[in-house]
Amino acid sequence: MQRSLNIDPGKCTGCRQCEMACSYENEGVFNPSKSRIKVFTFDAEARFVPYTCTQCSEAWCMQACPVDAIKVNLATGAKEVHADLCVGCKVCTIACPFGTINYNASSGKVMKCDLCEGDPACAKACPTQAITFVDSNWTGLEKMRAWAAKTDTGARAN
Amino acid sequence: MGWARKILRVNLTAGTVKPEPLNMDWAQKYLGSRGLGTKYLVEEIDPTVDPLSPDNKLIFATGPLTGTMASTGGRYTVITKGALTGAIACSNSGGFFGAELKFAGWDMIIFEGKAPSPVFLFVEDGNARLLPADHLWGKSVWDTEHAIKAQLQDPLVRVSTIGVSGEKGVKYACIVNDLHRAAGRSGVGTVMGSKNLKAVAVRGTEGVKVRDFMGFLKASETAKGVLSGNAVTGQGLPTYGTQVLMNVINETGAMPTRNHRDIQFEGAHKISAEAMAEKRPTDGKSNLVANQACFGCTIACGRVSMIDKTHYTVVNRPQYWGASGGLEYEAAWALGSNTGVDDLEALTFANFICNEQGMDPISFGATVSAAMELYEIGALTKEQTGGIELRFGSAEALTQLAELTGKGEGFGAEIGLGSKLLCEKYGHPEFHMGVKGQEFPAYDSRGIQGMGLTYATSNRGACHLRSYTVASEILGIPEKTDPLATDGKAGLVKAFQDATAAFDSAGICIFTSFAWTLQDVAPQVDAAIEGGWSVERMVETGERIWNLERQFNLAAGFTAKDDTLPKRLLSEPAKTGPATGRVNDLAKMLPEYYEIRGWTAEGVPTNETLARLAL
Repeated sequence: MQRSLNIDPGKCTGCRQCEMACSYENEGVFNPSKSRIKVFTFDAEARFVPYTCTQCSEAWCMQACPVDAIKVNLATGAKEVHADLCVGCKVCTIACPFGTINYNASSGKVMKCDLCEGDPACAKACPTQAITFVDSNWTGLEKMRAWAAKTDTGARAN
Repeated sequence: MGWARKILRVNLTAGTVKPEPLNMDWAQKYLGSRGLGTKYLVEEIDPTVDPLSPDNKLIFATGPLTGTMASTGGRYTVITKGALTGAIACSNSGGFFGAELKFAGWDMIIFEGKAPSPVFLFVEDGNARLLPADHLWGKSVWDTEHAIKAQLQDPLVRVSTIGVSGEKGVKYACIVNDLHRAAGRSGVGTVMGSKNLKAVAVRGTEGVKVRDFMGFLKASETAKGVLSGNAVTGQGLPTYGTQVLMNVINETGAMPTRNHRDIQFEGAHKISAEAMAEKRPTDGKSNLVANQACFGCTIACGRVSMIDKTHYTVVNRPQYWGASGGLEYEAAWALGSNTGVDDLEALTFANFICNEQGMDPISFGATVSAAMELYEIGALTKEQTGGIELRFGSAEALTQLAELTGKGEGFGAEIGLGSKLLCEKYGHPEFHMGVKGQEFPAYDSRGIQGMGLTYATSNRGACHLRSYTVASEILGIPEKTDPLATDGKAGLVKAFQDATAAFDSAGICIFTSFAWTLQDVAPQVDAAIEGGWSVERMVETGERIWNLERQFNLAAGFTAKDDTLPKRLLSEPAKTGPATGRVNDLAKMLPEYYEIRGWTAEGVPTNETLARLAL
C-alpha cells in the first residue's frame, strides 16, 4: 500500500521537531535550514502550518527536469532527486507550483521530500500527530469521519 | 560537538566583532548557558561596576543541548550585572532565537563597551557585523522585528530586541525574542539599552552536531516519552499553561494579593486558565486561542490569546486585535491579583504591552501594586500620578500605566524605577515586596515556607525559578512536603537550586523538571558532549555554579543581611486560608541552609567548600 504524509495544522504547536528530524535524516546534523519540511507560523492568527511536497503523480518538477534527475520510487511513490544526475539548474524549483523543491547552495543540487524510503522521520518525530503517514487512497478519512459525525442526525430507523 | 566551540566578542565602543575559541576548560566545569556565561562575566568584569556603565558586559549564551533534538532544546540565557538588582543577572528565554544562534555556529556572544550611537548586530553564520539602528531606536519590539526582517530581506532571520522601555531606562526592561518570548527579569534589557544596542538578528544554516548521534537520539526519545507520559507536562501545561496554578495557589492561601496585604484573591477564578478558555458573553469567543511551543518543545505550554475587540483597551486599535502572547501564571498574578484587578481582557492587554515594549510583567505589576498602596495611604497623590486614580482594583490605572511605563512617559517613568526605588522615593521602603531589589513572583512565602528561603537566598533577587520548591510543597514533585513546615526546607532548597542551575546550563527549559530529574537530563548531555556527564557531575556542576554566583554577589557588596524578606512577610500573619496566622519563619531555615551549603554563619563559602568545588 502506498502511503502519504497527512498534515493537520490544527494539531501543530510549531515546535519544529519535524524539521530537526528531517535535517538529521538527510544531512546527518540538526539543521532546520536544510529541512525538506517547513513549519510556517502565522502569528496574528495563531496558526502553525507544516508544509512539504505532496508527491504529485504528474510531478511538475519531474516533467521539467532537463536531465531526468527526478525519478519515481515505485515502492513509495516518492519523486526523488538523484543527486548524481542533478546539475543544479533549478528549473524544477520554477516549475513546482508549491515551492516544495528548493536549491541547496551547499551541495549545488536541489532537495525535496523523498518520504525517507517509506518511513518519514518527520511523522515519527511529531509529538502531536499533526504529521502522520497514512494510506494514500484515504488521506481524507479523518475529515470524512469528522463530517460523518457532524452531519449524522443520530436518528435510528426502527 | 554539542558546543560550537566558538564565541563572538563584540566591542560596541570600538565597533569591532571578532571570533574566539570557547574556553574548553571552563566549558567542562560550567557546562554552558547560565553557568558558562556567568564564568565569563565573573572573569571579565569588576563586580562593583555600575550595571549601566560601559564597563558592564552583556552575554548571550546557549547551552550544549540548545539546537539539538532534545525536548525544549532551544534556550539561551542573558547574563550580566542586573540593572534592577546590582546582583548577578541571568535571564533565560525560549522561542527560536537561541537555537538559531547555535545553528549559526556560536556558543555565546559577549557584548562589551557602549556604542556611540544605536546599533544592531547581524549574525549570518560565521559573519557578524554591527549595523546602524538609528531608524529602529524608538520602535517597539514588534515593529523592530518586522523592520529588521524587511531591511535584511530575510523572513527567516530570528530577532532578539529591546523595546522602548529598555531605551528609556525602565529598570526591569527585558530582551524579547520572536515577538513574545523574553529574557525577562532583573533588567537585562536595561543594560542592553544602556549600551545603545537595540537588537541582535541571527540567521544560522550550519547546524548542530552532537558527540554520539545514535546515543543522543535514543536518550532524547526516552526523555520525550517521560514528558508526554507525565500528567503535568503531558496534559496540564499544554492544556492550561502555567495558569493551571491560579486556582491551586489561591486555594493554598499563597496568592499574594494587593501588594501582599492579603494572601487570597477573591477574583482569582476570573483570571484563571479556566476563565481564559471560557467563551466570553460579549463576542462568544474565548480569550485563549491556541497553545504554542518554543523551539523543539514537546510540552507546548505557551499561551496565545486574542482580546475582545469591544474591550475598552483595544476599541479602534486594530493593531491589538490579532493573536499574541497570552497570560502566563506569573503575569496573570502580577498584573491581576497583586493589583486587585480581575478584568481578564485588561490583564491580557497589559501583558501584550509588556511584550510589545519589552518589560517584565512581574516587576511592572508588582511596582504598580506598591504604588497603589502608596496612593491608598496618601503617600502618593493624584497630582503626582498625573491624574491617574491609582486604586487597587482599577483596570484603567493598570492599562494606562502599562502604556506609559512601556514608553517611559509621565508617571510611567516612576513606575519604571521598580518598587524598591519608588517606595524609597515616597518614604515607605517597607512597601517594597522583594529581595535584593527584585520584586517577588507569584507565591506568598507565608503559605509556602520553602519559598521564603528560596527568595531570600536567590542569587538574582526574588525569583521562583532558582529553586521551585512549590513543586514539592504543593504539587508533590518529586515528593510531597508540608508547605507550612520549615523542617527539611534548607536541604530541599539547596537540592532544587543546584539541580536548576544544571538544567539551565544545559540549554533546556526548567519546566521539563516537572517530569524530568537529572537522571533524564544527564544521558542527553552526556551523548551531546565530551566529558562523561553523570548525574553526580551535573549536581556538582550546579553547586559550583551556585557558589560562583554567590561569590560574585559577595564581591559586588551583598552580605548575609541581604538574604532576608520584607518585614510584612516576617511579621504580618496571613489573614485567611490554610496559612492563617503564619508568617514566614526564615530564621528557622537560613542558618541550616548556610551550614548545608558549607558557608560560614555570615553566608560566605568556606575555603573547604571552594576547594571541594574547585573554585
